[in-house]
Amino acid sequence: MNDTFYYIFSVLLSLGVLYGIRLMSKVKTAALGNRVSALCMLAAIAITLMRTDLSGSLPYIIAGLAGGSLVSLFMTARARMIQMPQIVGLLNGLGGLASLLAALLTVSSGAARSAFELTTSALALAVGALTFSGSLVAAGKLHGKLPQKSLVYPGHSALTVFAVLVMAALIALLPLSTHGNSLLLSLLLILAGLIFGWLFAIRVGGADMPITISLLNSTSGVAAAIAGMALGDILLVAVGGIVGASGLLLTQIMCRSMNRSLGSVIFGGSAHPAASPAANASLAKNPLTQASESGAAAQDESILLEGQHSETLCEDSASGGTAATPAPADAPAWLEKAQSVIIVPGYGMAISQAQEKVKLLLDTLQAAGKQVRFAIHPVAGRMPGHMNVLLAEVDIPYDLLCEMDDINRDFPSTDLAIVIGANDVINPAANTAQGTPIYGMPILNVSQAKQVIICNYDKKPGYAGVDNPLYEEGQHVLLLLGDAKDSLDILLSKK
Amino acid sequence: MSMEIILIVVFVAATLLGYKLINAVPSLLHTPLMSGMNALSGITLLGIIAVTALSDSVAGRLAGLVGIIAATINVVAGFGVTDRMLRMFRGEQQHQENGQ
Repeated sequence: MNDTFYYIFSVLLSLGVLYGIRLMSKVKTAALGNRVSALCMLAAIAITLMRTDLSGSLPYIIAGLAGGSLVSLFMTARARMIQMPQIVGLLNGLGGLASLLAALLTVSSGAARSAFELTTSALALAVGALTFSGSLVAAGKLHGKLPQKSLVYPGHSALTVFAVLVMAALIALLPLSTHGNSLLLSLLLILAGLIFGWLFAIRVGGADMPITISLLNSTSGVAAAIAGMALGDILLVAVGGIVGASGLLLTQIMCRSMNRSLGSVIFGGSAHPAASPAANASLAKNPLTQASESGAAAQDESILLEGQHSETLCEDSASGGTAATPAPADAPAWLEKAQSVIIVPGYGMAISQAQEKVKLLLDTLQAAGKQVRFAIHPVAGRMPGHMNVLLAEVDIPYDLLCEMDDINRDFPSTDLAIVIGANDVINPAANTAQGTPIYGMPILNVSQAKQVIICNYDKKPGYAGVDNPLYEEGQHVLLLLGDAKDSLDILLSKK
Repeated sequence: MSMEIILIVVFVAATLLGYKLINAVPSLLHTPLMSGMNALSGITLLGIIAVTALSDSVAGRLAGLVGIIAATINVVAGFGVTDRMLRMFRGEQQHQENGQ
């Protein structure tokens, strides 16, 4: 098969992949889109096998394809949605490993001769290596094999910078090397890349995982694209570029939703300094007023809400007398009274495996004729869109899952917000506590709902280390502390 | 135009086009999107097949074998779990059709 034919084929397959991505922008066509992409990939593999002179390597290639497929079938059948972040992390790492080995063989077999081929091979070695080790560390953390919290070694930042400099020097040296020592330089470069990936990922704490996974997704694509440049394979370059762009875009979205800069995630920075005393003092002020300041558009409604709020307060104190802080036993009554409910799930729900109970709650509320929706914060969970997948797994219709920007304006007109295992993403301090890590982070304005039930494990601050003033808010906030499953049982119990 | 320039132009064009299309994917589908893209990054399988075919040493071929296994898992498991995930997304209408 000649090159011109292969180029035409590559363009067609790249367009096929892009069409598949386009189909993924609608829920109804997304599964088809994924299959279109998979079909394009299958065609690409078939064409490659046909146009390559496989000679003596044939048994190795067949064994690799068969062995890999077998493992994959097993993995696909057993995958659970709670494990998706670590599965994606692991698969990213394998992609990085393959790109790294492709570049290594290009150098060692002497196929790379020009400066362009050698430079791109060197880049693919470095990016492949850091993707491999970084992804494995991330997957290990997500799977609980490595400590979930941020680990910082003595001189961590200096070591990171040093690893980057070594990588840069080796990438510059490789094109100048003779064939004899290029293998040694390649192996050193791989080592530096592995160390950098390790240093980068080991420092990332749990809640920064969505950013890390997105970034490693991007680098796995970039590694494939650069390996494609070294090999002169146009299809690798095109598809790798698409994946790189996708990962980068998701990384940007995650950073924006967490109010973090990419640099502070990679090189460390203000991951979670303790909130300054001044900021804490401001949190002690009336958080309800702070919350209403936050929603400029919803200000009128908030004032209205405060009026209704004080009415509820009078009613409560008239009937109960000691209604200063609502008790867990009041929860079923709140639920029964509410006509419109918004459920806010967080990673705590996933840890407690409470999704089935949440579905039960949804069914119960809907059977009673109440309007129920879910508010999904972009960074809730451990990877982008994680909550949606967890809720879809227990058969919750996707039409009920609302994005933050769409549902935030509806909180003031909602009777009850139920928070299940979410903390930082609902913390009103993000609007007010200047100088804290979450300041400026967009949040779900649950405190604007008429009543709020919070089912969290404890009152400790979330990952960002900032106290949540909602816990002290009083009459319209009810706390159900403990395992989310138990708290949901209380909600589901009849009055 | 030399091959190098073509490759760089293709990279830039693919990146820009991909960025534009992916921007249209709602956050509801970000997990399947990412795992689908992850499967696509296994395209490097084509590269590792090509270089394994070029190697004539056992060490080279074994390294190729490891790479091919890794890339195949990346591709097949990636598309597999994405497909499973996307089939879980059902709307209220579909639920009613299924008698729920």
